[in-house]
Amino acid sequence: MSDAATDIDDLIALMARLPGLGPRSARRAVLHLVKKRSILMKPLAEQMGRVAATARECTLCGNISGTELCAICASEARANGELCVVEDVSDLWAMERSGIFKGRYHVLGGTLSALDAVGPDELRIPRLVARLAPEGVREVILALGATVDGQTTAHYIAEQIEPHGIELTSLAQGVPIGGELDYLDDGTITAALNARRAF
Amino acid sequence: MSGGLALTELRLSHFRSHRAAQVMLDGRPVAIHGPNGAGKTNLLEAVSLLSPGRGLRRAAAEDLARLPEALGWRIAATLRAGARHHEIELRAEPGQSRTVRIDDKAAPQLALGRLARILWLVPSMDRLWTEAAEGRRRFLDRLALSFEPAHGEAVLGYEKAMRERNRLLRDQQRDPAWYRALEGQMARSGALIERRRRDALERIGRAQEGAATQFPVALLSMSQEDLGEEGLGVLLERERGRDMAAGRSLRGPHRADLVAIYGSKDMPAAQSSTGEQKALLISLILANARALRADLGAAPILLLDEVAAHLDARRRAALYDEICALGSQAWMTGTEPDLFEGLGARGQHVTMDADGGMRQEG
Ligand SMILES: Nc1ncnc2c1ncn2[C@@H]1O[C@H](COP(=O)(O)OP(=O)(O)OP(=O)(O)O)[C@@H](O)[C@H]1O
Ligand SMILES: [Mg+2]
Ligand SMILES: [Zn+2]
Repeated sequence: MSDAATDIDDLIALMARLPGLGPRSARRAVLHLVKKRSILMKPLAEQMGRVAATARECTLCGNISGTELCAICASEARANGELCVVEDVSDLWAMERSGIFKGRYHVLGGTLSALDAVGPDELRIPRLVARLAPEGVREVILALGATVDGQTTAHYIAEQIEPHGIELTSLAQGVPIGGELDYLDDGTITAALNARRAF
Repeated sequence: MSGGLALTELRLSHFRSHRAAQVMLDGRPVAIHGPNGAGKTNLLEAVSLLSPGRGLRRAAAEDLARLPEALGWRIAATLRAGARHHEIELRAEPGQSRTVRIDDKAAPQLALGRLARILWLVPSMDRLWTEAAEGRRRFLDRLALSFEPAHGEAVLGYEKAMRERNRLLRDQQRDPAWYRALEGQMARSGALIERRRRDALERIGRAQEGAATQFPVALLSMSQEDLGEEGLGVLLERERGRDMAAGRSLRGPHRADLVAIYGSKDMPAAQSSTGEQKALLISLILANARALRADLGAAPILLLDEVAAHLDARRRAALYDEICALGSQAWMTGTEPDLFEGLGARGQHVTMDADGGMRQEG
């Protein structure tokens, strides 16, 4: 038998696990949802159900989408020879919001770290190399963080790409990137991309 | 006195033995006396935490909160730098890392290094010349850091890359590209570290030359040669096999040692007498302070814990004269008031009671 009060507590506990929410804000959010059951909570629950059923990683770039290939990888117009390597899907979304970049992406899903047991295979690096020739990539743009792990990853990728004779650049230094692009405004992202230089 | 770098106010709350403490200062040297366990070193430790790092005791965060309450602690200070005043606040809630606020804005710990230059000498450093190289390396890196706050970032970066490399070595990883990516970063920050260490020694050397001081000249050098970025990269690659057998990185700037010679006697510091070794350390701290004053126009804050006790009357008088000539706010501790008689009205005197109570005179 399900008890409404326990269900609501369980919902609060689940919500509190979301990034940026603690128990207090989770209680506020749930209370708000319950008060707006029909106009907000039900559509939200249905939408979440649909996304949970269909969301998946794009098999090519690692972006999150509802289809096997994401919209960017499915679009021929985005195959302009530029490939931007980012750490996280949130970086990709931030670049897309700024609208400045017209090429394709490759999402690593993290950075190389022996201490955290994250190696090249966990990061889709072999898949990155496999994309270069078939997609006619001319330039790989590294948009990785200035941290030790970010730079280790950048140098590792650079070495894998070198034999392919492809131009390698990185976003302008001094711009905090790597899981942090999300916090930058469009102007800063645009400036960092325009000022990219040979890696 | 005005102008120089100095704390004009320090307030502690639930920090170590101090439940609530406050001192008002004017930039003169500060002489603190009181019985064993009164809380003198704790006070100096609080000041040392106003520079980046873990302070003069290298304490773990959880040791700083006053026991038995362990409520979390707070250090608030007003720092005078030239004509400007900055409010610095450090605090930590139980189980959380410390936060820094400068002029009421959140700031990273490393920002403190650009604001407050603080050098210290504590009794545990008395054995610096005879104990393991690690202590001397840390001393050397603090010298370098005092001249170049960015030295801290290079050291952290080098250590992080080395920990990663050591993990690969222990895991018997063989992917050469992964090693090269890490070794490249170790070589880059390692070369910076080595250059800044040498640069610091050079500046200390210049500050000792022809200085009016009663303290002995210490001739400093590095135990291993500077390979530069390229040389370091080559070394790491060449040593990979041996390192893998050992499960760690055997060579590099993290193994460097600082060599000190008691100048006028041409005697290694480790073979010098206890008093001579102490005098060498004081000499180096004073030279560091003079070099910084030449660079920045203001002498750094000095924390000299129990410095007076080990010196004979002549050297003690010389120390006070040199500190006053430097114009440094030097915080000194001792168990007896007469140790500071020679300082007289040139300093501010603080009395601490066995129960931690504080009184300021003059
Ligand atoms: N976290 C803590 N909470 C409460 N008391 C502490 C804490 N840490 C250290 N103490 C106490 O602080 C007291 C004062 O220590 P401190 O080292 O400052 O003494 P001191 O005045 O320098 O003495 P001495 O002359 O022996 O060097 C000690 O008795 C110690 O037990
Ligand atoms: Mg003490
Ligand atoms: Zn895709």
